[in-house]
Amino acid sequence: MSTPMPPLKVVESNDPVAMPKRVALVRPDARATLRRMEERWVMTFPNLILREVVVFQIVVIFLSLAALLFNAPLEGIANPLETPNPSKAPWYFLGLQELLHYFPPIVAGVVFPGLVVVALVVIPYARINLSARPLWSGDKPRKRLWIGGTLAVLSVFFAGFNCWPIVIPTLLIGAAMFSVYRGGEGGRLRRFLVSVTLPEWIMTWFILVAAILTLIGTFFRGPGWSLVWPWNMYPPA
Amino acid sequence: MSGNLFSRMGTLVRESAVYRSIVRHGAADTNRNRSLIVFENLFLHMHPVKVREKTLKFTHTYWLGAITISSMIVLFCTGILLMFYYHPSVPQAYRDMKELKFVVDNGVFYRNLHRWAAHLMVLAAMLHMVRVFYHRAYRPPRQFNWVIGVVLLLITLLLSYTGYLLPWDQLSFWGVSVGTNMAKEAPILGPPLRFLLLGGNIVSENALLRFYVLHCVVLPAVLIGFVGVHIWRVRKDGGVQGPPEPPSDDEVEP
Repeated sequence: MSTPMPPLKVVESNDPVAMPKRVALVRPDARATLRRMEERWVMTFPNLILREVVVFQIVVIFLSLAALLFNAPLEGIANPLETPNPSKAPWYFLGLQELLHYFPPIVAGVVFPGLVVVALVVIPYARINLSARPLWSGDKPRKRLWIGGTLAVLSVFFAGFNCWPIVIPTLLIGAAMFSVYRGGEGGRLRRFLVSVTLPEWIMTWFILVAAILTLIGTFFRGPGWSLVWPWNMYPPA
Repeated sequence: MSGNLFSRMGTLVRESAVYRSIVRHGAADTNRNRSLIVFENLFLHMHPVKVREKTLKFTHTYWLGAITISSMIVLFCTGILLMFYYHPSVPQAYRDMKELKFVVDNGVFYRNLHRWAAHLMVLAAMLHMVRVFYHRAYRPPRQFNWVIGVVLLLITLLLSYTGYLLPWDQLSFWGVSVGTNMAKEAPILGPPLRFLLLGGNIVSENALLRFYVLHCVVLPAVLIGFVGVHIWRVRKDGGVQGPPEPPSDDEVEP
């Protein structure tokens, strides 16, 4: 390798009538190519466009069949004086409504959804999400302390509100995390678990909790938000 | 020009002066024309002229974004049809539901289609987000497109939620009441926002009208804008990002 070059200084032109020229600069201390790209490229038309059309057709056929077979629900006219019991929000909010059973409304209706949106937005900007290293790498004992502590705090917090639909998945995910603390020899599942990163564990925990809460709210909650079996539910979910 | 009647007629049309003034390229028989089809079309030029072959594999994206957009198109079409029959007033809104069901030709079919397409759109958008997360496709340079995706999910939920009130039956009235009562709990901003949204302190005729305008005008317009930016950025960032791959053997280390 040659001697390192001094840092480059780029002066951008502010001449509005100058025509920009494209230049390629290859420094002698760097290779012109870093990666050999030997990927196959295909024409967008017809390869991609026709596939998109086929996806659209499948969606239309699937929805048309659903629309022919199942009617959209329609109950009696809205009556502010007659509250149905239970009165449920649409399914994608039933996880939140289920939380309302355990937490005061400001927590279930404002704090938790707010936290979820903030957490989703910051995902690509948090450095932890940009690393693809498995969970148990680097300073393992320190990580064990932090993760064990967080799991314990979360479990105790949610148990304090009797919110078992969150405590149980939290403990399950924690158990799965620690099951591969000493490495993942033997078995495809263990070899897979050992490669999972921390953000993937957190997202899996979130999806599990959200799915369980939504399912309970949709299929297992009857009058007075009491627990019922789906087959005893009236009106059916 | 050989071939059957149809292909000869097709050629005749394609070579006419009027057609060539609208569509400036010939049939898709050469790669040049195939490129022109994409980059001379306002809508198709959301795509690059060429794409990496591996991105067409099913497991690369599971076509979840395409499914979301497809349901959106179905929703726009059926929504416009439903608007022809719908009055956002009490009690006519509910009577219109009955009319759609018992009087209007195919009314119940279009209402069903709209309803199930809405559920599919919410579900597909969520699954699309999960797919992008596990494929780590939110990483640079795609960070901001992930944020736009979060905004799109929120707009989709708001669209679904505002539409939920429009039939004005018990289900919609109390479903929306439950949700807006939650919004009341937000400190400082909660009660005034709720008042603004409902046009009053309870879910009433005013709320129906406001939800209708949001559902049919404001939110769809915002959605189209963000969807445009979202798809355009996919192209600018080098196409869809599939599952992360280990470095291949022929990759040259610097």
